[in-house]
Amino acid sequence: MGAQIGKRVRPKLGRDDWAQRSFMLIIGLYLLVALAFPLVTMLSKAFSTYHFDLSQYEVQVSDEAGNFGPVQNLVDLNAAASPPVFEDLATNTNGRLGITKLFPDFSFRSPVLYRFHGLNDGAVYLVGSERHAGAEWIELDSNSFRRIVLRPVSERGLANFTTYFSTPSLFQSVRNSLTIAAITTVITVSLAFWFAYALARSKMRFKGVFRMVAMMPILVPSLLPGIALMYLFSSRQGILKFLMFGHDINGPIGIVIGSVFFTFPHALIIISTALSISDARLYEAAQSLKASRWKTFWTVTIPGARYGLFSAAFVVFNLVITDFGLPKVIGGNYNMLAVDIYKQVIGQQNFEMGAVVSMVLLVPAVLAFGIDRRMQKKQVALLSARSVVYEPKANRLGDWLFFGYSSMVAVFVLGIIAVCQFAALIRQWPYNLSLSLNNYDFSRMDGGGWSSYQNSLLLALLTAIIGTVVVFWGAYMVEKTKGFRLGRTLFQGLAMLPMAIPGMVLGIAYIFFFNNPDNPLNFIYGTMAILVVSTVTHFYTVSHLTAVTALKQMDVEFESVSQSLKQPFTKLFWRVTVPVSLPAILNISIYLFVNAMTTVSAVVFLYSTDTALASVAVLNMNDAGDIAPAAAMGMMIFYTNAGARILHALVSRRLLARSNAWRKG
Amino acid sequence: MLAAPFHARGETGMPNTYLKIEKLWKKFGEFVALRDISLEVVEGEFLCFLGPSGCGKTTLLRAIAGLDLQTAGRVEQAGVDVSNLPPAERDFGIVFQSYALFPNLTIEKNIAYGLENAKRPKAEVTARVAELLALVGLPEQGKKYPAQLSGGQQQRIALARAIATNPGLLLLDEPLSALDAKVRVFLRHEVKELQRKLGITTIMVTHDQEEALSMADRIVVMDQGTIEQVGTPLEIYREPASLFVADFIGAMNQIPAQATDTGVQIGAARFICANPIDGPLIAAIRPEDVLPVEDGAVENILEARIDAMEFLGSFFRATLSADALGQQALVADFSINAMRRMGLEEGGTVRVQLPPERLKTYPAEPA
Repeated sequence: MGAQIGKRVRPKLGRDDWAQRSFMLIIGLYLLVALAFPLVTMLSKAFSTYHFDLSQYEVQVSDEAGNFGPVQNLVDLNAAASPPVFEDLATNTNGRLGITKLFPDFSFRSPVLYRFHGLNDGAVYLVGSERHAGAEWIELDSNSFRRIVLRPVSERGLANFTTYFSTPSLFQSVRNSLTIAAITTVITVSLAFWFAYALARSKMRFKGVFRMVAMMPILVPSLLPGIALMYLFSSRQGILKFLMFGHDINGPIGIVIGSVFFTFPHALIIISTALSISDARLYEAAQSLKASRWKTFWTVTIPGARYGLFSAAFVVFNLVITDFGLPKVIGGNYNMLAVDIYKQVIGQQNFEMGAVVSMVLLVPAVLAFGIDRRMQKKQVALLSARSVVYEPKANRLGDWLFFGYSSMVAVFVLGIIAVCQFAALIRQWPYNLSLSLNNYDFSRMDGGGWSSYQNSLLLALLTAIIGTVVVFWGAYMVEKTKGFRLGRTLFQGLAMLPMAIPGMVLGIAYIFFFNNPDNPLNFIYGTMAILVVSTVTHFYTVSHLTAVTALKQMDVEFESVSQSLKQPFTKLFWRVTVPVSLPAILNISIYLFVNAMTTVSAVVFLYSTDTALASVAVLNMNDAGDIAPAAAMGMMIFYTNAGARILHALVSRRLLARSNAWRKG
Repeated sequence: MLAAPFHARGETGMPNTYLKIEKLWKKFGEFVALRDISLEVVEGEFLCFLGPSGCGKTTLLRAIAGLDLQTAGRVEQAGVDVSNLPPAERDFGIVFQSYALFPNLTIEKNIAYGLENAKRPKAEVTARVAELLALVGLPEQGKKYPAQLSGGQQQRIALARAIATNPGLLLLDEPLSALDAKVRVFLRHEVKELQRKLGITTIMVTHDQEEALSMADRIVVMDQGTIEQVGTPLEIYREPASLFVADFIGAMNQIPAQATDTGVQIGAARFICANPIDGPLIAAIRPEDVLPVEDGAVENILEARIDAMEFLGSFFRATLSADALGQQALVADFSINAMRRMGLEEGGTVRVQLPPERLKTYPAEPA
């Protein structure tokens, strides 16, 4: 056809469009500042190396009478000795190098005078704490000369990575982390599968109780099982140490058992969902074809749940490999990647190497995350609207077997928590088993005392409130606005990113970004604000997905109707979107609250003495040998989270009852 | 210009154009969803966009509403260029297939949603809501929530909400498709009545030809982003402008044929037709236009065998074959009376007439 397309129509933006764009800009900026910029800064740090460049400095030495000899370059002085005085000139950003060693005859009492200068403005050195740079000569007596230290110059390159991979003690962690994560994944997913199977496909009793018990590990910090395991199995005080047959619980065994504990509920949720959406008609078909139970299991059950199983496996893998608290507590000398980051940054102040380890940790984390996302999508595709819900039939023997199995898992979970509770209440394990509340007197211990608990509570509340507002508003902008497609795509990508970023990596990225005095946002460093920002960001993705799912379930034409009736989108948002999404909003806030109470990984780098946190206090008290108080603080977190969950359940139930009139099913 | 409904004629007797669409294009990347659409909608008329899914009818409706802006082209409503305006600055009410009623608001609150503003007194809003509820025949249901109403009732509430602010244009996007057959037929009538009573210019999108034929003053048949034909239901049915239209609306026999001076030649048989064309062509006739004849008639007669008969309630659909047609089958609808009177049965023979004014011709290869 000969018709030609006319001039492109440019939309005239209405009042709503402008408002929406500004809101999206604000939340997009938040994600840039709280996520993208810190990560980029960290990335550049990993590629920064520092070394002392001796060739940039010259010195002139006088005799005792004060007559100066020839100008000598430091690099020549260094090379004059054999072997050279300084063989390794690599350092980090905080490196200082005194130079008196280059002068074998140096004595600070000697009357010899020194003239010193750099060759250009990049040659920086300190005399005491006074900074000098540039080519101007200074003259010093011997006593002042010994106070000269050189500052390193920085370079871009892969040197940090070379160092990392050629240092066996560091590189070993990669293998350790992968091994532990793989073993835990196999154990957790197998355990969780049969547990989920028992819940979904049997008629065993007390399913509700079992489900509740299995969810408990979510309410405590991941390092808590480490403390319980030490009480049970450590070679010094463990009451069940005979079960270890001479092995040490501190190390891989402890990390695996503890990891199974804290990853179990995560795997269970995913696998339960996968099993619950299986179509009952497939089972009827299998039955009518006279397939055996065994065959039905392998041809119907497993294929139906396979994406759920894969997804659970990658989530568990990711949780274990990025976890910091547990290997810190019970890892012994067994090095893991996440702990290495901590050791490099806090222990050795080697920030560049911390950044390198972070990058190494990012690789498996991002891979696992990427694969998990694909699995989740396929799982959703399996869900057909016409599926018929499977109704299990009673089977005496099977139900009892499942009951026995589920009880064992429940005993494991409850046992770990009970041991911590006992440890917290007992005067002195295992010598004096009388009960007391002494261990809850946190003011007598390091770690911030009760104020750290109050800080955690404040952090959890702020995270829940601010986080929910930011996340839901952001999800609304992505999901329900039109136009500005590039902005929305970018935003969606940023929102998915935090799940792939381990907490330790986020924490170290925040140090690099916010601790820089040139950053105008530097003032939030060391405050509660940076803890809230980092926690909201750390747990952004799951919250975002929850909000998006809720919003997707709403009729896509609500916005169109509201616009046609000339009502502002804010009216629709407050009168319809928020009330209809209230269950999801409550779920997001409880999720953020619980995680803010338990998280260690990002905040361990960011708290200050004024903002010490309960979860970090558990870690520090345990480090200091106050294990019982650590357990007590861990239990405080547990009570708080359990209380919050109960409150959440009550509020949700009331809301649902009130909205029963209009909410179906 | 096609005949417009009576009430749409202005003082001079000429119809007033309310909505004017000029050279409208919509592209999604390389895909052209709407190609050079031009159309005029007369004030007060009920217009249907009809076509298969993916033909662009909903895209066109959403462009008119400003919900998804066209790539190029002009939309003029009531003499004002609204081409690039956001929906809130246009003047229309809209009803969707999904009803899109706000589930947490009562029926009253849903209808009042567009009426509430600072300037309008509460009592006035209440009165208007009551009036609208009465208008759509659900006066007692105001305090209920949408989920407590049936699908048909919900759709009537959606309609009430859309017309609450007296918009100049009512847009209906497949409003009846989600309902079951009986309710759908009932609501067709209701919606049409309401539209006539209010005299509001209305555009409805549908893929259901029956719906379009029974409700519309004029139908716009669309295919692959272009308009195939615009006309009254009768024109569209009796004089389809293309084979696509003929096939989409009702059934149509299509038989390859050659042109003759006075009509067409199918195999060895020659037929006269009212509007002959040249070249290789397709002869087309609707099944109900194939008439069984007993005697007398001599023009356009075909001796045929009855290969199969299918009982469809009010008539029989017969599959005929004839030597003149070769492999080609001819489908004909015979009334039960004709069947009985002429003793037609499977395996028997019948003389049918293809009336010249009903035998259509179309170019064999669409341009």
